[in-house]
Amino acid sequence: MTTPICSVDALAKNSGICALLEINGQQQQVAIYYLPDTQQKVFALGNWDPLGQANVMSRGILGNVGDQLVVASPLYKQHFSLISGKCLEDDVSIPVFKIAIEGESVVLIA
Amino acid sequence: MNKLNVVVVGNGMVGHHYVETLANSKVDANITVIGGETRPAYDRVHLSEVFDGKQPSDLAMTTREHYIELGVDAHFGDFVATIDRVAKKVITQGGREFSYDKLVLATGSYPFIPPVPGHDQAHCLAYRTIDDLAEIKASAKGKKVGVVIGGGLLGLECANAVKNLGLEAHVVEFAPGLMGVQLDNGGSSMLRRKIEALGVKVHTSKATQLISKGSEHRLKMEFADGTELETDMIVFSAGIRPYDQLARDADLKVGERGGIEIDYQCKTSDESIFAIGECAVLGNFIYGLVAPGYRMAEAAVSQLTEDKNSFTGADMSTKLKLLGVDVGSIGDSKGVADGSRAFVFSDERDDVYKRLNVSADGKKVLGATLVGDCDDYDTILQYYLNDIELPDKPENLILPAVAGAATSLGVDALPMTASICSCHNVSKGDIVDAIDGGCQSVADVKGCTSAATGCGGCAALLKNVVDFELSARGLEVNTDLCEHFKHTRKDLFTIVQSTQIKTFDELIKKHGSGHGCDICKPTIASIMASLWNEHVLETDLLPLQDTNDTFMANMQKDGTYSVVPRVPAGEILPDQLIVLGQVAKQYGLYSKITGGQRVDLFGAKMNDLPAIWSALIDAGFETGHAYAKSLRTVKSCVGSTWCRYGVQDSVSQAIDIENRYKGLRSPHKFKMAVSGCTRECAEAQSKDVGIIATENGWNLYVCGNGGMKPRHADLFATDLDTETLIKYIDRFLMFYVRTADRLQRTSTWFQGLDGGLPYLQEVIINDSLGIAAELEAQMQHVVDTYQCEWKTAINDQQKLKRFKQFVNSDKEDENVVLVEERGQVRPANSVEKKRLALKAVS
Repeated sequence: MTTPICSVDALAKNSGICALLEINGQQQQVAIYYLPDTQQKVFALGNWDPLGQANVMSRGILGNVGDQLVVASPLYKQHFSLISGKCLEDDVSIPVFKIAIEGESVVLIA
Repeated sequence: MNKLNVVVVGNGMVGHHYVETLANSKVDANITVIGGETRPAYDRVHLSEVFDGKQPSDLAMTTREHYIELGVDAHFGDFVATIDRVAKKVITQGGREFSYDKLVLATGSYPFIPPVPGHDQAHCLAYRTIDDLAEIKASAKGKKVGVVIGGGLLGLECANAVKNLGLEAHVVEFAPGLMGVQLDNGGSSMLRRKIEALGVKVHTSKATQLISKGSEHRLKMEFADGTELETDMIVFSAGIRPYDQLARDADLKVGERGGIEIDYQCKTSDESIFAIGECAVLGNFIYGLVAPGYRMAEAAVSQLTEDKNSFTGADMSTKLKLLGVDVGSIGDSKGVADGSRAFVFSDERDDVYKRLNVSADGKKVLGATLVGDCDDYDTILQYYLNDIELPDKPENLILPAVAGAATSLGVDALPMTASICSCHNVSKGDIVDAIDGGCQSVADVKGCTSAATGCGGCAALLKNVVDFELSARGLEVNTDLCEHFKHTRKDLFTIVQSTQIKTFDELIKKHGSGHGCDICKPTIASIMASLWNEHVLETDLLPLQDTNDTFMANMQKDGTYSVVPRVPAGEILPDQLIVLGQVAKQYGLYSKITGGQRVDLFGAKMNDLPAIWSALIDAGFETGHAYAKSLRTVKSCVGSTWCRYGVQDSVSQAIDIENRYKGLRSPHKFKMAVSGCTRECAEAQSKDVGIIATENGWNLYVCGNGGMKPRHADLFATDLDTETLIKYIDRFLMFYVRTADRLQRTSTWFQGLDGGLPYLQEVIINDSLGIAAELEAQMQHVVDTYQCEWKTAINDQQKLKRFKQFVNSDKEDENVVLVEERGQVRPANSVEKKRLALKAVS
């Protein structure tokens, strides 16, 4: 099952935006990253930074550390894997959501 | 399990070290400390410095507040009178009782006063505490002569104090030589020569028989050999005795010559009672130095943990400055061991004496005496402590360096276990770990390991180890910006400038690899801004920016932003002030005046930023770049316009300068200031660029810093006219922008410049590199292409696209919760958030 989130046009290229989604009956802030030059193109993580304790993950800088695609928390700069949600520096992780581009829209895959 | 009650009796250096070590350990304990002196622990080793300009507070090792922070219950100015071992409690003279599970005696020692008749009259004093110093000072007031009885380490330290008080200082010693415990005869004689040359009179082999009233001075000392000496004051410093009365009264075992007997675990004859420091005796030996005391404290703390350590004795080598004379003593300093062979070097012209004692086979150091020159101390000590085999000609270790002969032991030869700082037990391995953990300077390593913060004797060695390790890494670890670019920032600047590349994608394809990261992206955005000066939110540049630049505001801990409009030179119209207030009220912002003479409005929601800026721009404000690595403010005093003392119009100058350099992206933020006279009210010498008015023009200062590592700016050029001033600043700033590392302020950049100030002056003033015209042209380009980033953004829907918490909803972030404090808002803490959430539910 897929739920539409927004149009591809609303994404920020090589950067992130945030969407408010209902997942498993709960409102969740989801950070959506758009890397058009990668195969997967779109990635989604929880917006909550467990180390900085604020909803800011969508505002981090994207990049890679070794062979892992990561986002750096804008607060204290820890890196989180876009694939696993795991933090590279600390023993914490953030939720990962499955999303995809379907035509002109970005959808959540439940 | 209940918390362990630990009571520490005594708050000297060792007692304090125990408290700190325990408080920072994993042991769950209620710590009580009872100190007899009225002040918390202080550095007794450097006591005489109080007469050399230091305040007693400079010697403090801790404060009452610090103990409160550590959760330690501390009592000062009360002595423990009794230990009740059955009820496990101590009772103070003041009548207070403290129960203990474990008792730690760190009572230290008291000065030994020889029972000479007359020793108990006025102006016969002791030298041990800060309070003693006050008495010595009072006694010395207006007087001429002071005698110190005792020519040992403490006696000479005390003689220094007496000398610093302006008295004619005499040292009277019973033994034939000074510092007989630590030095051999040759060293002792050299020390005497040197001390006498400093004006201290030394009397050895003198047994005092009577202290009576003097005729010319207050007191008269009569010696066994029939001679006499008159003086106004006598200070006893003839050794110390362990303060063990409390233990004796409690029937704890004491040593034959005093001292509370302890075992390798620092336990006394009572399982629940420990003794540490100078009050303790281990195998008939009292360790009267601070480093072994610290080791005992740590061993005693470890008995309360799983990881138990022993104290089995300690090296008593020592290096110190006595009356300004370097003295060092290592191991068997006098060469009394069987088969010990000595090398002796004596230089009576420069007053240097060195003795090196080696084993019969010449392979190991047994000990050494050094007087007048301790440069070789660290090297010899490391050979000694680590049992390192000596080179073929051990004498080279103490002989003056002859061209071509490298004598000192390279720090690379030291094993990882080598002790560098004995006060804090820091090994070479610990230092290497600290550097691996990110320390990049001696100061970092000191902060991280505490090395060289005790007696300070190892400072030079520490620096050698740190320098060596850093340079070793300098060769191994590259200076690449990050894993994506095998270039320094400076190289990348040159590449971007010469290739005219305008996008990150092109740059990383041609000169880098991978996707980039949070280090190279903002760095390259900054380089491109310095060179091409395009808007930060251009589509290609936006993903490179730190969140502060992306939203042109400063992210705060809760994810909201703060807003700082530019107020050039701090000059602001009343109407603008009113608008700031109105905006703050309308959007519920916390207002604070910054150190840079402007106003910061906190707690702005991302969605509100464009509307807030619309209102501010309408009132004539521009963006303040508080979010950027660029010029912050040009602070100014009010200058000659209003001030009675001003000699130039500092406000106009500051406004012009702020308007010229606003928005210049640079390796790090930079600050400027203009003062209207030498009174320097704008504090220009603490800025990256400081300008101070003179009668004839402007003095220019560069590379100052406040903040974490304050640095006074260097005077760069004097009495400049405004045109020359601006020319120099243009060149200076652009040269910094080109060549500095990422996040390097001008002060650290300057400290790394080969050639220092003269070199910088050559480049900027005399154009020694032939780049001055280019630097000026680059700066002019930045000035000509300036735009208020916010003004451009609010007129461009594309750039405002991301100023929304959610792409698919107009809701706001529920985690942003504000509470009120002093009439304004602030972010709620986690407890308050929970409470408010509960309220909302009920």
